[in-house]
Amino acid sequence: MADMFDLAYDWLNTDPLGQAAYILIKIVAILIPLLLSVAYLTYAERKVIAAMQLRKGPNVVGPFGLLQPIADAVKLLFKETILPSGANRIVFLMAPMLTFILAMIGWAVIPFDAGLVLADINVGILYLFAISSLGVYGVIMAGWASNSKYPFLGALRSAAQMVSYEVSMGFVIITVLLLVGSLNLSDIVMAQQGDYGIFSWFWLPMLPMFVIFFISVLAETNRSPFDLPEGESELVAGFFVEYSSMTFALFFLGEYANMILMSAMTSILFLGGWLPPVDIAPFTWIPGPFWLIAKICVVLFFFLWVRATFPRYRYDQLMRLGWKVFLPFSLFWVVLTAGVLVAFDWVPHT
Amino acid sequence: MPEVQIKPLTLNFGPQHPAAHGVLRLVLEMDGEVIERADPHIGLLHRGTEKLIEYKTYLQAVPYFDRLDYVAPMNQEHAFALAVERLLGIEVPKRGQYIRVLYCEIGRILNHLLNITTFAIDVGAMTPILWGFEEREKLMEFYERACGARLHAAYFRPGGVHQDLPAGLLEDIATFCETFPKVIDDMEGLLTENRIFRQRTVDIGVVSKEEANDWGFSGPMLRGSGVPWDLRKSQPYDCYEELEFDIPVGKNGDCFDRYLVRIEEMRQSLHIMKQCIEKMPGGAVQVADHKITPPKRGDMKRSMEALIHHFKLYTEGYHVPPGDTYAAVEAPKGEFAVYLVADGGNRPYRCKIRAPGFLHLAAMDYMCRGHMLADSVAILGSMDIVFGEVDR
Repeated sequence: MADMFDLAYDWLNTDPLGQAAYILIKIVAILIPLLLSVAYLTYAERKVIAAMQLRKGPNVVGPFGLLQPIADAVKLLFKETILPSGANRIVFLMAPMLTFILAMIGWAVIPFDAGLVLADINVGILYLFAISSLGVYGVIMAGWASNSKYPFLGALRSAAQMVSYEVSMGFVIITVLLLVGSLNLSDIVMAQQGDYGIFSWFWLPMLPMFVIFFISVLAETNRSPFDLPEGESELVAGFFVEYSSMTFALFFLGEYANMILMSAMTSILFLGGWLPPVDIAPFTWIPGPFWLIAKICVVLFFFLWVRATFPRYRYDQLMRLGWKVFLPFSLFWVVLTAGVLVAFDWVPHT
Repeated sequence: MPEVQIKPLTLNFGPQHPAAHGVLRLVLEMDGEVIERADPHIGLLHRGTEKLIEYKTYLQAVPYFDRLDYVAPMNQEHAFALAVERLLGIEVPKRGQYIRVLYCEIGRILNHLLNITTFAIDVGAMTPILWGFEEREKLMEFYERACGARLHAAYFRPGGVHQDLPAGLLEDIATFCETFPKVIDDMEGLLTENRIFRQRTVDIGVVSKEEANDWGFSGPMLRGSGVPWDLRKSQPYDCYEELEFDIPVGKNGDCFDRYLVRIEEMRQSLHIMKQCIEKMPGGAVQVADHKITPPKRGDMKRSMEALIHHFKLYTEGYHVPPGDTYAAVEAPKGEFAVYLVADGGNRPYRCKIRAPGFLHLAAMDYMCRGHMLADSVAILGSMDIVFGEVDR
């Protein structure tokens, strides 16, 4: 029996085919829990918002409504995919796939624990940033290919919105990079390890940046109060008005997977990734991935809380906030951070 | 180079649209996100109420008024009842008047709750509506306990109200008056002080005093623009003279002011309701003339005359002396009025209904022009349009 394990281990590590299989296994090991958590994020959203609105939320399908996400998925799966006659079929079908795939592949560089990462590349943060920026193409393609007015307006809005908020997000990331001196996500987490546990993570010294980053993330994922591309009260459903069945489901899954991905990014940049909040015995026994997931859940809760509380911004107000408030402020903070680091000779050398 | 004509983007907003408030079809001509022209199309809910009323006895016409502004049904019945009473020259007993006023104010809260919360959802805040509807449900229950129906009450009838209130109802309404301000405060916490809500509503759809008068606005739309005009004060009907209340007035005439006026009106309505409950006199709720109101059930078992009255009332109805009158009430949405022409028969010769929403909607183009698409939704929400009364 032990021989067989050794043999399999050798094959997975040395044979090129085996290595490919090993990577595939790792991908599946990330994707399956991810898709499940996406499904249960929709359930959590409905439950959390229901509690804030003094109602019950899903409670009929299964115990406590726990099977509701499964029922929803099955329902969407069995519906007809409607292709509008005026639509550009290829682009129309590519758009949801693109959104969904982009939301998935970002996870390749997320470190779940020290060394526990699919691709430990040295430009991890750039990769993540690039993937999240590409997300806008799914929306634009959907809006354009639908050949209909509401999606068109929704696509225009989201193009402008996502581009605007990426700029300030980029500056926020730069401030973090200045503190770390590396683009590798594991290094970013390790740089936050300090004597003070939760207080040596970057959220405290970089508090304004943390706030700006979180708000930009809301805008980047098209979540309330920046859900203009969907804009239910004016654009009905925005860029996915014409979508139905699985094509719609892919957008939906993509949006929620993106939320989780962005929460993971926030946790890694500012909340110390897999690090325990207090670096003493009972907390260090709990494995790192648990802490990362707990932090992601906290950030996600804020997503939902904001959605239940705030009205929606108007298009021009959103632009003003992005360009006139966040951009100058984050730019100023980059200069400040760099200045302080140089002045006190704290520049990290790695 | 040939001249290129750029056509504006025409957007068909409704009638199937989550923010169209019923069956409004708004054809928007837009330059990008900016509205250049808004063309409201109405008539998709037209039922011919005015014509139908001409073929019904005066009593049978009452339920049609529930179906106009179905958000605050009794306020409409009130106008019709007043018109008929004026032509008949009768005075409703005090208790009847107080019950009417009490229920008019419940109707006002019903209406403002719906309007404020849907307005909030139009600008993207989705929590107030669920909080508000919890309270609306309680108010609906008060409707139900008084007349047996949550919506189509047919409770205010010419000559008074249909039945006296059941025992214990007034106490429950008093309890509601005590608990409801907390809910208003909660909703205000989510909206009034919220920066995003203010950004979405302040200086949106501004109407000056003069313009508001010129467009024929009434109700909160007019008071939001700073005109202190309220029929309950300026032409008091029923027992409003004996009650004490304030008329909130806005300053800038924008969506935010109209919202604030409605919030304050709800508080004033509570104040009026409390006074009504306190002062509620005893006695009859209808006039004693059994040509107009039905006799007691017990009397019909013993009295031949009562039986004949009952039979005549529910078959032929009563004859109203010839004449015409214009009876207006301050409905939650504005001046709701009935112009009633009687020819001496048992059916109205003509019953013209003046619905405030109709005139407000006419100003849609004026108010939306130059604003962005998202603002048109806010403006429409602050207008408080219900298509039952606009289309009639």
